[in-house]
Amino acid sequence: MNQNKGMHNGYYYSLTRNMLLVIILVAIMPMIVVSSIILYEFDVSYHEKVHAHLEELVLKHKHNIDGFLKQKLGDIRLLGKTFSYEELKNESFLRNRLELLQEIYGPVFVDLGVINARGLQMAYAGPFKLGKALYSNARWFQMAMKSDYFKSDVFLGLRGLPHFIIAVRESWNGEPWILRATVDFVAFNNLVENIRLGETGFAFILNRKGEFQTKPLFDLIPTKEPYTDFLKDSKKFQDGVRIIEREDDSGNKVIYVAALLKHGDWLLVYQQRASDAFSDLKRTLRTTIAIVLFASLCIMVIAFILSKRMVNRVALADQEKEMISEQVIETGKLASVGELAAGIAHEINNPVAIMMEEAGWIEDLLEEEDFKERENLSEFKRALEQIRTQGRRCKEITHKLLSFARKTDSRIQDVQINDLVEELIALSAQRAKFANVDININLQRDLRMIKVSQAELQQVMLNLINNALDEMEKSGGTLKVSSALEGDYIVVEVADNGPGIPEANLARIFDPFFTTKPVGKGTGLGLSICYGIIKKMGGDIEVRSAVDAGATFRVKIPIPEDEEQPGN
Amino acid sequence: MADRDNHREKTIKVLLVDDEVGFADILAKRLGKRGMAVTPVYTGTEAIQTIRKNDFHVAVLDLKMEDMDGIEVLKIFKKAYPEMAVIMLTGHGSEQAAKEGIQYGAFDYLTKPCELEDLVKKIHQATHQGR
Repeated sequence: MNQNKGMHNGYYYSLTRNMLLVIILVAIMPMIVVSSIILYEFDVSYHEKVHAHLEELVLKHKHNIDGFLKQKLGDIRLLGKTFSYEELKNESFLRNRLELLQEIYGPVFVDLGVINARGLQMAYAGPFKLGKALYSNARWFQMAMKSDYFKSDVFLGLRGLPHFIIAVRESWNGEPWILRATVDFVAFNNLVENIRLGETGFAFILNRKGEFQTKPLFDLIPTKEPYTDFLKDSKKFQDGVRIIEREDDSGNKVIYVAALLKHGDWLLVYQQRASDAFSDLKRTLRTTIAIVLFASLCIMVIAFILSKRMVNRVALADQEKEMISEQVIETGKLASVGELAAGIAHEINNPVAIMMEEAGWIEDLLEEEDFKERENLSEFKRALEQIRTQGRRCKEITHKLLSFARKTDSRIQDVQINDLVEELIALSAQRAKFANVDININLQRDLRMIKVSQAELQQVMLNLINNALDEMEKSGGTLKVSSALEGDYIVVEVADNGPGIPEANLARIFDPFFTTKPVGKGTGLGLSICYGIIKKMGGDIEVRSAVDAGATFRVKIPIPEDEEQPGN
Repeated sequence: MADRDNHREKTIKVLLVDDEVGFADILAKRLGKRGMAVTPVYTGTEAIQTIRKNDFHVAVLDLKMEDMDGIEVLKIFKKAYPEMAVIMLTGHGSEQAAKEGIQYGAFDYLTKPCELEDLVKKIHQATHQGR
């Protein structure tokens, strides 16, 4: 039994688990797959969007800066072409030119200088006292002498401040001379410094040697990768923009966007941490994952509760099914026993009838004169009476067997159970008195009529009452009979306080031919007949008992549903 | 009318039909002892043959016989001799058949095994009321 139960528990456990898995699989998997696909697509397109945005930003600034340099160079070239060496050599004239430029552009041009072919500064206009400085050894001077114009890298020079130079070469009387302008570092730096995005996005310019041409917002080492890579591969993105993502020293992913300036001399670099650039994406991702997780959790909880409930129902249904099949077996057993019993009863009836008639015949004969005087007459009569009595007993047994086979008068009629019980109690009162048994009746009044066979119900009740009296015959006691309405059933209880029924016998008490009475006293059919009758009525009969605590038989009979009025 | 009154004074002639030979014989003896002329027969066929030769007042008919159904015998009796009363004997639990028999004109029925006195009483009632 326990093993069976264990096996059942295992079955229900795996049923619950399978149901749970199926629900979760069907409900959660599509959600996760769809969410993943959407997230992936969103991630890709968002990356593309951010990259495109950064590329555009850098490209725009590349054009700005290139435009700025070109314009400043143009201004100086115009100055060189418009005025002669003689005019510009005049320092006050030169100062006037500088003031004019500063008036137009603001303090972008710091100073102007005119240098002769030997590198000697012939005139100077500006805030520094550079007078007749000699630039013959300066690199910019050497470079400027080689081409029509020249833009230097940022350097400290004689003044010890970061600046860069735009130089234009002209000639006067066959001798080359140079007009030089210094561009203010701060003004130039602003062009780049203004490129700011998010919390970590900033830009700066490097020259080919990897030296800063503007001041970066954050500290970094420009001679490392990926900056050197950009410089190395610069040919590949001559006019365009190059974008890569790399991890920096502290393990953060960083987006680098680079573009070439000044015909490939300078490199404009914009960089931003990926986490910063994609913060919106990350937030969306986090929200989505949180929602998916929450939904999954909800589904799991609901799936768990649902499958638990469902399996409980299944278990209940299984239990009911088991009980019903047990009942079917029980009923089948009783029916087949009943058929057998009916056959036997019929067979026995005839010989018993003959025996009784023969005894009667002897009695008839004993009435004749010849026998009147015989001394053994009374003994004959006693023996015949005994044959009759035993014959009647046989008849009773066969009648009971036949009742068991349900061939008694089973006409259905309206029966008031209280009346029936009271009649039977009255019949048994005499017997109870002799057995020293008190009868305690507690009937609920106004009970509805039930539709049953009166004879059968009588048989059941009489059987129960007789059994109770039998139990208490030796020591006396109290017989309690009660009726009550419980839902759709009328319940009649017959209780005794006799010696009770041992637990081992309780399970078999409704089995045919099971009896604890001495041989010859009981047929063992009474209760199984009761069982059959009550089951046929759609009711139930149960017993509660313990040794020395008496026994209570409880009969439940259904009330007919279509009854309009209570019985009167 | 006079003829029927004569019946009461004279011996009541009873045809006893039961395939249980031992039962039929002893019942015949006992009824004979009580002043009736009883002819026991043991099959339905025999009963139909016997009834042609005699003028019985009452037939006691077992409903359960091997060669013929008692109800069939009853039908034949009531058709040929409607004035003869028929008392049926049934086994316990076969009352349904007996009730059917009453519909076909039987006087009454008794459940086997029955008390002899009951049967005697029934026979007298049957002859008194006449059928």
